[in-house]
Amino acid sequence: MDPAAAKLFLDRLFRRKLVLFGAVVLLVIVIAAIAAPLIAPYSPTGMRVTQRLRPPSATNWFGTDEFGRDVLSRIIYGGRASLGIGMAVVLASMLAGTTLGLLAGYFRALDTVIMRIVDAMMSLPDILLAIFLVAVLGASAGNVVLALAIVYTPRVTRVVRGSTLVVRELPFVEAARLLGVSTPRILTVHILLNVASPILVQATFIFAYAVLAEAGLSFLGAGVPPDVPTWGTMIASGQQYADRAFWVVFFPGLAIVLAALSLQLVGDGLRDMLDPKLRKAL
Amino acid sequence: MVAAIARRLAGMLAVMFIVATMVFFLTRLAPGDPASLMLGDQATAADIAELRKTYGLDRPVAVQYVLWLKEIASGNLGQSIFLQRPVLQAIGERAEPTFFLALFSILIASLIGIPCGIASAVWRGRVADQTVSGSAMLAASIPSFWLGLLFIQFFAVRLGWFPVAGYGDPGADLAQRLRHLVLPAMVLGIVNSALITRFTRASMLDVLSEDFVRTARAKGLPESRIVLRHALGNALVPIITVVGLTAALLVGGAIVTETVFGLPGIGNLVVSAVLRRDYPVIQGALIVIAGIYVLINFTIDVIYTLVDPRVET
Repeated sequence: MDPAAAKLFLDRLFRRKLVLFGAVVLLVIVIAAIAAPLIAPYSPTGMRVTQRLRPPSATNWFGTDEFGRDVLSRIIYGGRASLGIGMAVVLASMLAGTTLGLLAGYFRALDTVIMRIVDAMMSLPDILLAIFLVAVLGASAGNVVLALAIVYTPRVTRVVRGSTLVVRELPFVEAARLLGVSTPRILTVHILLNVASPILVQATFIFAYAVLAEAGLSFLGAGVPPDVPTWGTMIASGQQYADRAFWVVFFPGLAIVLAALSLQLVGDGLRDMLDPKLRKAL
Repeated sequence: MVAAIARRLAGMLAVMFIVATMVFFLTRLAPGDPASLMLGDQATAADIAELRKTYGLDRPVAVQYVLWLKEIASGNLGQSIFLQRPVLQAIGERAEPTFFLALFSILIASLIGIPCGIASAVWRGRVADQTVSGSAMLAASIPSFWLGLLFIQFFAVRLGWFPVAGYGDPGADLAQRLRHLVLPAMVLGIVNSALITRFTRASMLDVLSEDFVRTARAKGLPESRIVLRHALGNALVPIITVVGLTAALLVGGAIVTETVFGLPGIGNLVVSAVLRRDYPVIQGALIVIAGIYVLINFTIDVIYTLVDPRVET
């Protein structure tokens, strides 16, 4: 992409102020998570028994938790696990869902089988299917990723299949077929590239759902082990102190809300920008 | 029409068959021998052997699978290890709070979502639209357990308006029990209103651009009548679908909220079953919950087939 096109892309994406706000917040959260050791004022695991449950102050902006650990530092480090898991879920479900969606949309014989399985999986609430999968797989960060990837694959499959059904009937695909282009090449080059934008939009939303679902699983005690600081485990372990020290619960939750909101705002902006129907109107 | 309904029925059975199959084989992925898991730590070797025989666990997996399907089809979801009673009975005992919670939550979500979605579509692109769309996105970004904890702190602990948790003492009357559902229903209502708002907005926008709306305007009908009668009437089909399906998903999807508020509902049953590795309960609950969703989906489809001549597939 040349600089002019990149500028046009960003101009369009950030036309709405809310989208720009979302992108900035997301960037801040991601940078904070990556650069955690440089940014966090304290160690996320450093316990100071004398400083238990201290309210927000100049030295501990978000207060301290039940072990005297700095809440802000734990949120910054917690972003690594929460966002890392979300990212991994997005990549895995995109890969699986795109493959299945292309196959279902392009080969009629596979369509019924794949879509029935998708229907079956979507008849169960996300969090319920996730907790079941974690229960059988065992609670660990890797299995939380696997479980959530399985949970969100059907959504991607559905979107990709829908777009594939439309694109496969377009003249250029017909032309490619007549020219003798191989089926794998038609699928990966001609169709995939043309269904890329709904996939990208879906990715941002699934990222947001995955962050929320991971927190929910951790809260239920069926997610990553409680000693790993994630936003969900922080709320789970802090809830019994919520009446005396609301900050141990409030700030990690706020981090989840900001992350999920910024992801959805960016996703919404991308959708508006990439949707050909709306693009004309802009 | 009969053919269309029969096709839907076949589809519904196919989905339930796949759910049952998925649940069966995924449970087999769990580490350890199912019989010793089912009986828990205190089981003797003889007990385990006995159970393996009863459930046919000593036979090939394919045979076990067929036996399991047979049991499910005859309505037997097995026996809870921990609770020492049939799974279906355990679910039935927990159904009341979950049912009322889903009902109240979807009512609140619709009361927020439908008017907001209409306003958002009517004033598209204006401040009202941006405020509603932004708020909907915010609502969809809030973890329900976190909002629940904040509500408990504020409305129950600080203000004392509502009970902190639970579902009333044993023997409490219905009004007493329902009071315990106000806060959780508000939480789920707010969180789930986002989806209904978005659907209502999209559905109204589609209809508002149609010719008959222009005709109605040309006839000089008042705008309120055009929006509420002509447009909303036609936009209602997808809105009712999303309301119905959201309600169905709330039956099993409220597990986090039920846990926060200590409600003895189906979600709570599933969480304790997961923590105790009570696999028959987990399996049974999954099948019942998927069944409710599929049934509601089927009912909505049938109603449309009956009332709307345009619905064919």
